[in-house]
Amino acid sequence: MTFLKKHHSTLVFLMPYVLMFSLFIIIPVAIAIGLSFSYFNAIEPPSFNGLENYVNVLTQDNVFMRNVLPNTLIFALVVGPGGYILSFILAWMLAQIPRLPRIVFALVLYSPSMTAGIAMAVVWRIIFSGDQTGYLNALLINLGVIYEPLQFLQSPNYLMTIMIVVTLWGSMGVGFLAMLSGVLNINSEIYEAGYIDGIKNRFQEIIYITIPSMRPQMLFGAVMAIVTTFQAGAIGVQLSGANPTPQNAGQLMVNHIEDYGFIRYEMGYAAAISVLLLLFIYLFSKLAWRLFGDND
Amino acid sequence: MASSFHGSKINPDRFDRSQIKFFLFLIPMMVFMGLPIVYIFSHAFKPIDELFAYPPRFFVEKPTLANFVDLFNMSDTTGVPMSRYLFNSIIVTVVVVALTIVMSTAAAYALSKKKFKLKALLFEINTVALMFVPIAVAIPRYLLIDNIGLLDSFWAHILPLLAMPVGLFLVKQFIDQIPDSLIESARMDGASDYIIYWKIILPLVKPAIATIAILSFQAVWNNVETSTLFVNDESLKTFAFFMSTLASQTGNSVAGQGMAAAASLLMFIPNLIIFIILQSQVMNTMAHSGIK
Repeated sequence: MTFLKKHHSTLVFLMPYVLMFSLFIIIPVAIAIGLSFSYFNAIEPPSFNGLENYVNVLTQDNVFMRNVLPNTLIFALVVGPGGYILSFILAWMLAQIPRLPRIVFALVLYSPSMTAGIAMAVVWRIIFSGDQTGYLNALLINLGVIYEPLQFLQSPNYLMTIMIVVTLWGSMGVGFLAMLSGVLNINSEIYEAGYIDGIKNRFQEIIYITIPSMRPQMLFGAVMAIVTTFQAGAIGVQLSGANPTPQNAGQLMVNHIEDYGFIRYEMGYAAAISVLLLLFIYLFSKLAWRLFGDND
Repeated sequence: MASSFHGSKINPDRFDRSQIKFFLFLIPMMVFMGLPIVYIFSHAFKPIDELFAYPPRFFVEKPTLANFVDLFNMSDTTGVPMSRYLFNSIIVTVVVVALTIVMSTAAAYALSKKKFKLKALLFEINTVALMFVPIAVAIPRYLLIDNIGLLDSFWAHILPLLAMPVGLFLVKQFIDQIPDSLIESARMDGASDYIIYWKIILPLVKPAIATIAILSFQAVWNNVETSTLFVNDESLKTFAFFMSTLASQTGNSVAGQGMAAAASLLMFIPNLIIFIILQSQVMNTMAHSGIK
């Protein structure tokens, strides 16, 4: 009783958030873990089947092993660190030009991330369209590089590359803004001290002064980069207009989950892949924490 | 010591020749990033012969509003007019943004300034949840929403988006900068927690509020998932969903492309306007965004 009296306002402040957080984040994750150990087709109640789903992922699911897993890893390893390093370089350069052009540049660089893929799917589909009115095809034909239009979005040879370019294009998001303000807020005295201590070039300056001074923002940016990378999974389906993507060339874990969960109704199996996906993200983030965390 | 290295001039006041190398990298990057955005503006105003001209032209020559007129007059196959989707989106967006702001600031205040046992643990859990990817748990969310009877209602659009870990995180870091003494002296004057929250915290964290407003706006305005998964009734779906069907069904048909371009412009414009208005506040918040 005294607890309630003393803390009632704290409870009121926290309750709505904690309630929604539990209901739509904690509980779904818990359900996913539970379902991943069961057979569930959305009609009959789920029945426990132990590790069968996980065993099947590893031993039976050819598409997963041959396409989805390698695709996801390639996509994540290029887009994650690629987008992150690009964000940092852009933020670092932007910090060193005057305020007005900086604001304009930052706005242009940030605006693709606002579109979150949906609105832009239209534009990209026109640019990469498979007939000669597609912009890239028309350009390449004019330049004499190709003679026949290429089916960019339906071809397993190009789909992944295009997905990566499009996702990188939209990856200067919150993390980029955080890093920009991180660079801008480093105390100039730290630089002066560094020069006295014998910093010899820009590279040393970045490694020994800039990055260590903005580690918290670097970590925040890294976590955001990882999340946006795995979140961007829908892009292949949006671009090619089909799930599964042509010859599974652009199939990522997110699409595989949707394919099994909402197309084949094998929800237990889909849940097992969800759990693996969350685990992946967690491991990648742990790595970021290692690099930039405050634990040393 | 004229010879010693002197590197970055951060936040310079004026242009200097040493900055040319940065511009040489930044300008091509900006063109690459900006072109599709310019293109979306240009494409939306193209008359039909320009949309399918060969060779394709980047910029519009005889701009027309025909695509927008077509779009507004269009209904989908089940007879739901486009304005209905837009109306749904606006309602859902306003409600989500408003509730997210209230919930995140209130919870952030408690986590930052109140003392209670689970405080550190709660914030820790929220920080882990920064890595949460909603799309991974679409199935459990569907089952949950089905079980509490929210399928086919506005709540199915609204409730899943309210808890935004990154929002709470940013506001909490921001409130941490407010000195405790300010709150103590208000308490001495007899102010209750609610008064402190309303009269002191909220006005001081305006930049953080602007930031979560943008983030939550982008999350809800662009959201297709809730419409595809949790709502079957066409008349309750959102504009983002309508847009995505335009893109996939009519993407290559003659009349559809112009409308799809017009719709993407309508999707994009609110994002842009809100960000331009709030950008300086956002940058202010981001200065405190680090994970420590």
